Amino acid sequence: MTETAIAHPAGDGRPVSPGAGAPPGTPPALELAGVHKAFDGKPALIDAGFTLRRGEVHALVGENGAGKSTLMNVATGVYAADAGRELVDGELVRIRGPVDAAAAGLGMVHQHFRLVPRFTVAENVRLALGRRAGSPAAAAALVAAKAEKIGFPVRPDARVADLSVAERQRAEILKVLLLGARVLILDEPTAVLTEQESDALLAFTARLATQGGSVVLITHKLREVAARADRVTVMRQGRTVLDGAPIASVSSAEVARLAVGATVAPVARPRRAPGGPALTVDGLAHRRDDGGVTLDGLTLSLREGEVLGLAGVGGNGQSELVACLAGLAAPRAGSVALAGRDITTASPAARRDLGLRVVPADRFAFGLIRGFSVADNLALAALRRGRYGAPFGVARRRIRRDAEAAIRDHEIHGAAPGRSTGLLSGGNAQKVLLARELDDAVRVLVAHSPTRGLDVRAAQAVQAAIAAAAERGVACLLISEDLEELMALSARIAVINRGRIVGEMPVEDASAAALGALMVGHA
Amino acid sequence: MSGFLVGWLAAIPAYAAPLLLAALGLILSERAGVLNLSAEGVMAIGAMTGAAVVLSGIAPTLGILAGVAAGAGLSLVFAIVVVVFRGDQTLAGLTTVAVGIGLAGVLGRDYVQKPFAGIERFGADAAPATGAFERFFLQQDPLILVTLVLVVAVWWFLERTRAGLQLRAVGEDPGTADVAGVDVQMVRIAAVVAGGALCGLSGAYLSVAASHVWVEGMIAGRGWIAVALVIFARWDARRALLGALIFGAAEALGPRLQAVGAPVPTYLMMMLPYALTLAVLVLSSLVGRRGTDEPAALGSIYLRQDKS
Repeated sequence: MTETAIAHPAGDGRPVSPGAGAPPGTPPALELAGVHKAFDGKPALIDAGFTLRRGEVHALVGENGAGKSTLMNVATGVYAADAGRELVDGELVRIRGPVDAAAAGLGMVHQHFRLVPRFTVAENVRLALGRRAGSPAAAAALVAAKAEKIGFPVRPDARVADLSVAERQRAEILKVLLLGARVLILDEPTAVLTEQESDALLAFTARLATQGGSVVLITHKLREVAARADRVTVMRQGRTVLDGAPIASVSSAEVARLAVGATVAPVARPRRAPGGPALTVDGLAHRRDDGGVTLDGLTLSLREGEVLGLAGVGGNGQSELVACLAGLAAPRAGSVALAGRDITTASPAARRDLGLRVVPADRFAFGLIRGFSVADNLALAALRRGRYGAPFGVARRRIRRDAEAAIRDHEIHGAAPGRSTGLLSGGNAQKVLLARELDDAVRVLVAHSPTRGLDVRAAQAVQAAIAAAAERGVACLLISEDLEELMALSARIAVINRGRIVGEMPVEDASAAALGALMVGHA
Repeated sequence: MSGFLVGWLAAIPAYAAPLLLAALGLILSERAGVLNLSAEGVMAIGAMTGAAVVLSGIAPTLGILAGVAAGAGLSLVFAIVVVVFRGDQTLAGLTTVAVGIGLAGVLGRDYVQKPFAGIERFGADAAPATGAFERFFLQQDPLILVTLVLVVAVWWFLERTRAGLQLRAVGEDPGTADVAGVDVQMVRIAAVVAGGALCGLSGAYLSVAASHVWVEGMIAGRGWIAVALVIFARWDARRALLGALIFGAAEALGPRLQAVGAPVPTYLMMMLPYALTLAVLVLSSLVGRRGTDEPAALGSIYLRQDKS
């Protein structure tokens, strides 16, 4: 945990001033100017610019769809720009793909890691480096040597599939550095990490910068990440709205205002006094088909009108818990009761009839049908209750009227009853799902990462809908990796780790550090 | 009894070799992510071509090579359909079987039921053997040794060489392989064609080495057994060797029992390898290991998500 300490600029004695590592007059490590890019005629980048100095950590901030990843994908040749120029170390370059990018010393770590899961770390490096990696043994030695050199523990012979997300990220960074990257671009690197892991990563990027490397952190976490950078660039709707300001010169509120274009009010925590027991989970146990334990005697209870936050690193049993609650997976042991009635073996339909609603993490896997119209998706659940019964078929007109009302009430932008749901943005698709699940008969809502991947405003709308439901007396189980969100909405926060609840506390006693320690602890 | 046992054991390799060769070919193709059901048809073309070439008075070795080339050629068509034109791999595989069997029937009309010398066993013109080992060895032929070498070669290629690594990457995660500079389409085409060459070799073995004759329908479902064998072997060449010996033993049992006049129903014995195939498929799904060893991108079409 020594890495945590030097993560804070104040803690490592490194000056916070911009471009700390490079003497004056050094050309920028990477410079993009006047970049235009349109997809199918829709502009994604409009005269965007970005300047990265040698030896700095530079935060690139903006909402989803602001163009920050697109700009970096243009820089690394994933996309070809319609117009604009790119300079690396002051030299005009033309980068057409990953090979050019690596040759120019640009390396990008995407949110979706480019690692073959069934390969070992060394095999992945060998695949990426080709001839340069040599024999399997030589590739393993190369990985071990580089890991040692940069103080980044990575086991060369470990299978990527067996690694945690943080370890995979390290392997990916190591691979990119072995490919010769002097500019390291990290796309939302902390989105999948716990507090402690984020600290370790940010400490590493700071160390890299002091050694002369340059780092771009693409992020929407203004406070946690951007504050640790030397400078910040803000993008909104394809344009650069703040170009490389020293981090000390702008407040995080100012950055947020620039990124969103307006201030977003935080959602107020529901204040309703909790009622009777709504959902009781007792000693739930579940295993994967291959025998791996996913839930290991998980116990929790929630009451009417209460938001219970469930924090945890992804893959610690959250998905299996949701599947067991939804009736899509059978637990090996334990029980689930809804308002005192045992529903451990009840069908999904029976659970729905009792008022249980589930918003899964992947809304198009178990929530919405991509090819269905918005109206049909909204009507799916109520069909069973006979709301749209007609003598021969279904009451199309009524479905349409209800859909129009839902689109209006939930402010689902870009939606029309007949429009295909798959064409909506993530935030608006999520609103469709919530509009359907938060109907009149809802008693318990299980929401798994409901705001993941949503922009600030859409996330705020989803959080507001959950808070409003709780105020109406709905018991909400909010499963999320976003501690800020959990602390904003929940009355109590429990922590799931390796399929068990390892701690629970009222929100007043909760802190990111305390929760993070429980999330990664080996209890 | 020991005479029966030695006779049975000595017969196994000749039954196992064609299954193993086809399975190795399918492993190459499927480790690159191309679901390959075409073996039955590719083997038919290989068998017919091999026989036709030998019957035309050309050396059996060249007949075998002609079978290899024919298998590669038919597989190239299959590869172009599924890789370049992104046809459905299941459907294209089944179609290739039909085309292969049909072509072999049409083109091989003049060569049906005409015995030829072909590739002989080691003991073809030796004096009758006495020792058990000698009796076993003299029942084998050069291609069985070639097959054993190929098992090691395929395993080594996949697990130890850079090209093998690239091939496996394409079958596991084509997007990552693409970013790493691997030409996904070329690797898939090459893997399918190489696999087709092995299936062609398997077919040519059946006609030129095992039976010394070409008849329509002589593949008799062995291509399908090879498909099941790949699943049994969990896409590993070494396990394919083990599996081929088990299937070969089942196939060799019937003729040996008949030869010693044992009172077992002929049709029941002929059914044995196929019943075993069914059992393997059921067992492998029960054990649940299939999902963990199957190449992750098997059967998927790779389309570069280029937005530009």
